[in-house]
Amino acid sequence: MSDMSVAPVEADPRTADPAESAWADEDVVSDRPWVTIVWNDPINLMSYVTYVFMTYFAYPRAKAESLMMDVHHKGRAVVSAGSREEMERDVTAMHSFGLWATLARDE
Amino acid sequence: MGFECTDSGRIVLRVDEAERSMLRSLAQQVRDLVAPQAQSGSIDPLEAMVGIDPKARRPQDPALARLLPDAYIGDDEAAADFRRFTERDLRRTKAAHAAAVLAHLERSGAKVVLSRDEANSWLGFLNDARLALGTRIQITEENHEELAGLEQDDPRFASFHVYNWLTYLQDSLLDALLDDAEPG
Repeated sequence: MSDMSVAPVEADPRTADPAESAWADEDVVSDRPWVTIVWNDPINLMSYVTYVFMTYFAYPRAKAESLMMDVHHKGRAVVSAGSREEMERDVTAMHSFGLWATLARDE
Repeated sequence: MGFECTDSGRIVLRVDEAERSMLRSLAQQVRDLVAPQAQSGSIDPLEAMVGIDPKARRPQDPALARLLPDAYIGDDEAAADFRRFTERDLRRTKAAHAAAVLAHLERSGAKVVLSRDEANSWLGFLNDARLALGTRIQITEENHEELAGLEQDDPRFASFHVYNWLTYLQDSLLDALLDDAEPG
């Protein structure tokens, strides 16, 4: 769920230094991206995982298969990057397809 | 056997009575497993309307937990927030797939004819059924041979064979869907 950035309760607009942003929420000022990670599991078919990547992300087959092989062999793969809100949407979609996905900051 | 794609782009499944009965039973079980929980009197009507579920917690049942997994690792608060806002819709989506399958079976005889859209409900249902069953019998990458060798009186025996049948069905459905999507 996206963080709605709100001004800290203690900031007084009349006295705050205009040069210093009261909107200190990291997700607003930082452009550090978030990523969606899909994790391997023993049940999902490789053909199905590929299908999901082609269908939802509109990746060409080669890229979808490559990501699927990363999931299968390395245990996980980063399938998309963007804002936190965008990644939450992607994770929600992955869960609706039955894949296990999580989101994290791109470290 | 299995799903086929027709020249007109329909997806067709032929089933005998036993298979119909099994699919109906599985669809009912999946629907009942994931359906959004009955409201208690204390739910805020606005929250209920927009899909917020303040009581949503990671399910105790491992099969249900696999269908409604955490979205964050190592951040329980973020995971709980995400679950509160999204779980109800996810449950609805999966319940709708199972309900669609039941409706398609109900309207069909031995030949189930589906549009592409309808076939996607079957894809979702088959995957959910496999996730639930597979989790229940604790399938891993390594233990398929062991499970295949189970005695008939082992409680996992029947589930494993149903699981394999569902796997075959899902594979054939993917073939049929991709057959239709790709030219030549």
